[in-house]
Amino acid sequence: MKLSALQQSYLGRRSNSFRSSGPLDSSSDGAFKSPAAVFWLVLHGLSCLISLLLGFRFSRLVFLLLSTSSTYTSPFHSPTELAKTLDIRSVIPADPVGNVPLPFPNKTATNSRVVVGRHGIRIRPWPHPNPVEVMKAHRIIERVQTEQRLQFGVKDPRKIIVVTPTYVRTFQSLHLTGVMHSLMLVPYDLVWIVVEAGGVSNETASLIAKSGLRIIHVGFSQRMPNSWDERHKLETKMRLRGLRIVREKILDGIVIFSDDSNMHSMELFDEIQNAKWFGAVSVGILANSANIDETVVEKRGEEENPRMPVQGPACNVSNMLAGWHTFNTLPFAGKSAVYIDDRATVLPRKLEWSGFVLNSRLLWKDGDKPEWMKDIDTLDGDIESPLDLVKDPSVVEPLGSCGRRVLLWWLRVEARADSKFPPRWIIDPPLEVTVPSKRTPWPDTPPELPSHKKPVIGIQEPIIKHTTKTRTSRSKRRSKRKHDETRTDRRTTGFDKTLQN
Amino acid sequence: MEIWGWVFIGILFLADFVVKIEPFKLGRSQPTERISGSAGDVLEDNPVGRLKVFVYELPSKYSKKILQKDPRCLNHMFAAEIYMHRFLLSSPVRTLNPEEADWFYTPVYTTCDLTPNGLPLPFKSPRMMRSAIQLISSNWPYWNRTEGADHFFLVPHDFGACFHYQEEKAIERGILPLLQRATLVQTFGQRNHVCLKEGSITIPPYAPPQKMQTHLIPDKTPRSIFVYFRGLFYDVGNDPEGGYYARGARAAVWENFKDNPLFDISTEHPTTYYEDMQRAVFCLCPLGWAPWSPRLVEAVIFGCIPVIIADDIVLPFADAIPWEEIGVFVDEKDVPNLDTILTSIPPEVILRKQRLLANPSMKQAMLFPQPAQPGDAFHQVLNGLARKLPHDKSVYFKPGERVLNWTAGPVGDLKPW
Repeated sequence: MKLSALQQSYLGRRSNSFRSSGPLDSSSDGAFKSPAAVFWLVLHGLSCLISLLLGFRFSRLVFLLLSTSSTYTSPFHSPTELAKTLDIRSVIPADPVGNVPLPFPNKTATNSRVVVGRHGIRIRPWPHPNPVEVMKAHRIIERVQTEQRLQFGVKDPRKIIVVTPTYVRTFQSLHLTGVMHSLMLVPYDLVWIVVEAGGVSNETASLIAKSGLRIIHVGFSQRMPNSWDERHKLETKMRLRGLRIVREKILDGIVIFSDDSNMHSMELFDEIQNAKWFGAVSVGILANSANIDETVVEKRGEEENPRMPVQGPACNVSNMLAGWHTFNTLPFAGKSAVYIDDRATVLPRKLEWSGFVLNSRLLWKDGDKPEWMKDIDTLDGDIESPLDLVKDPSVVEPLGSCGRRVLLWWLRVEARADSKFPPRWIIDPPLEVTVPSKRTPWPDTPPELPSHKKPVIGIQEPIIKHTTKTRTSRSKRRSKRKHDETRTDRRTTGFDKTLQN
Repeated sequence: MEIWGWVFIGILFLADFVVKIEPFKLGRSQPTERISGSAGDVLEDNPVGRLKVFVYELPSKYSKKILQKDPRCLNHMFAAEIYMHRFLLSSPVRTLNPEEADWFYTPVYTTCDLTPNGLPLPFKSPRMMRSAIQLISSNWPYWNRTEGADHFFLVPHDFGACFHYQEEKAIERGILPLLQRATLVQTFGQRNHVCLKEGSITIPPYAPPQKMQTHLIPDKTPRSIFVYFRGLFYDVGNDPEGGYYARGARAAVWENFKDNPLFDISTEHPTTYYEDMQRAVFCLCPLGWAPWSPRLVEAVIFGCIPVIIADDIVLPFADAIPWEEIGVFVDEKDVPNLDTILTSIPPEVILRKQRLLANPSMKQAMLFPQPAQPGDAFHQVLNGLARKLPHDKSVYFKPGERVLNWTAGPVGDLKPW
């Protein structure tokens, strides 16, 4: 074991770096070595010493010079101390020649067909991924995952009917793309009912056509008003319109209300499959808190229970519905946004529609449905929250482990009322006005400005805005939004000019 | 008598053709497939009552003292010998009356002499074994009665009873001469190899059951990795250029597939190793210095289809588990075409393999849980031993008859331990 200390310095991970001291240690082989073996051992030791001095494997060099064999050696060598073979990775053609005759196994009489010793490392001529194979593998993975879903996922999944009110505006593309991509990922059957204020437009139609989902796109005659209150009321009417479509077409499944600016998690769609008649989930309320941070900070010190920005069902100890969590709007009283493009906080309603799901059978004219469901035709659209659809709010089923899991988030972000954007977000005709950048990578370019008044204003404006950007991190979001709005302003004013030309 | 054991298995085989393997789905909630008919049922046999084992009481220097010196032996992949001893001590098959015993067990922990890195050194093992056998042959008459033919030993080391980790040296040594007639329970298995005796029982290497249990992830996590492997491709310490280690097969896997996005292979040691295996469809189990590895056990436990790249390997409990149906066997020469081979397996076959792997009796048979549970690897070993009963009359010698050569083998082995 004396050499063990030497060998221990070559630390191998997880394996046998240590073990090569073995042969010198095992007492059995010591006594009877043939002279040839001794000679080779001495030679080996000599080349090791020379290699230490020279810094590369000397023996390899010697044998490269001495050997006369061809560059392609056969994969199996007879592996003994008698013949050191060349270390070359043997490259064999794609379909190997059938029978490489195995050399007779060496003197240690093994009758195994597998030969001990050095083998070549087989590399095919083009050792890179084959696209056909990759596609086949992906199909296999898909099949395996479908099977997994069948076995461990929701049993007998029902179709999901999504009702989304929308209207054409600058941020519509942002919001609707988000919802669309979430819906495209849902692994269940889906019907998307898009109700658009101001009538069906090509803008919305072209956007949602990219999804490949089954879509029912209807228009609503009223245009979207400019104040949040009115907007909420109109959205409620639009949702009822969507529900009427469900009734007309006798769609069967689970109805979920996705507002176009919300963000949904994939688990939401798995969880709502558990709803029997009328379910409620917890919604995270992302109300942009601006300008009231100081008051909030003070209040937080006083209160014992920190306010959760969550709306949803509240359960008692025995996991039965006991009440509702709503978002505390008191701190924002009087400072909330009134018009859609206000910079103040947009407040949610007491209970948002997006937190409720219903079985579509509740909406059918006939069929067995519980008697606590009101007929939607009798409602006038002047309902405040989805709980007004039912006579008795206690029948609502809390989902998402009794409301403890927040599965979607509510957010309202809109641009200024007069903000314009290129139709379908395609810039056509191309912009005529170009604004040179202040910092170019080429320092010798003189910063020549064209003698047009407008670009100067364009450059200066952001500078002005930058200086006012000395805020705390909490309001970074708001100031960024403002910055965005001004940027859109700038571009849209540019558009105005080009359109006029 | 061995021949009755083979007849028994032959009947089971015939029964296979009669009772086809069919999916046994109890609705959607039980996605496993029962290997009905043939060998599959054998996994659930209960050995109690079918055999009796007598455990020799050796001085503690053969077992307890070794373990006290190095308690790491309880956790490495050769720990089966220790746990088998503990299991037999408290098992209902144990008998205290050697006259009625069918099998005799000698508890000697030959694989517990560890390096600081944790690897077992087999240099003293032949002497230890020899000394144990000398003890039992002089203190009890049962060894001399049959020269060990009704004794069994656990030799879980790399090449079994050849007691060496280098294959060439192991082949040179061959199986310890004194164990020529005994039944060997070992992890090593390769057809037509000197170190695999006929009639040996191949067992899986020890994998810690609790550790694997704590790393389970929900079943519905989708399997998104196509092929997964973590381990060495080149053993830089002993074989830097490759060619010796794994007969070049692991190096071939690396060179051919290192930039293939379907193959998640690397030498890292991630903490999420077990979790990743549960997210993979195929797990590579190539040979290393020896053809077996704990990867097979891990793959079976985590439901990942094992891709076995080791020519002529004999897998654990091969007479009870239909490995051809469960895993994919790839010849070492076909490694460059591994992606073609794996992607050309029809999806139905893959799903069927996954159903077979999901069978809890499959997973149980690969484990050595403490305390022992029905259907686990301990019981499979006992089943294997029971299948070899009754002993052929010819193994019993008349007094004075000798077959074994006590002075055979390398001189160093003859030194006392």
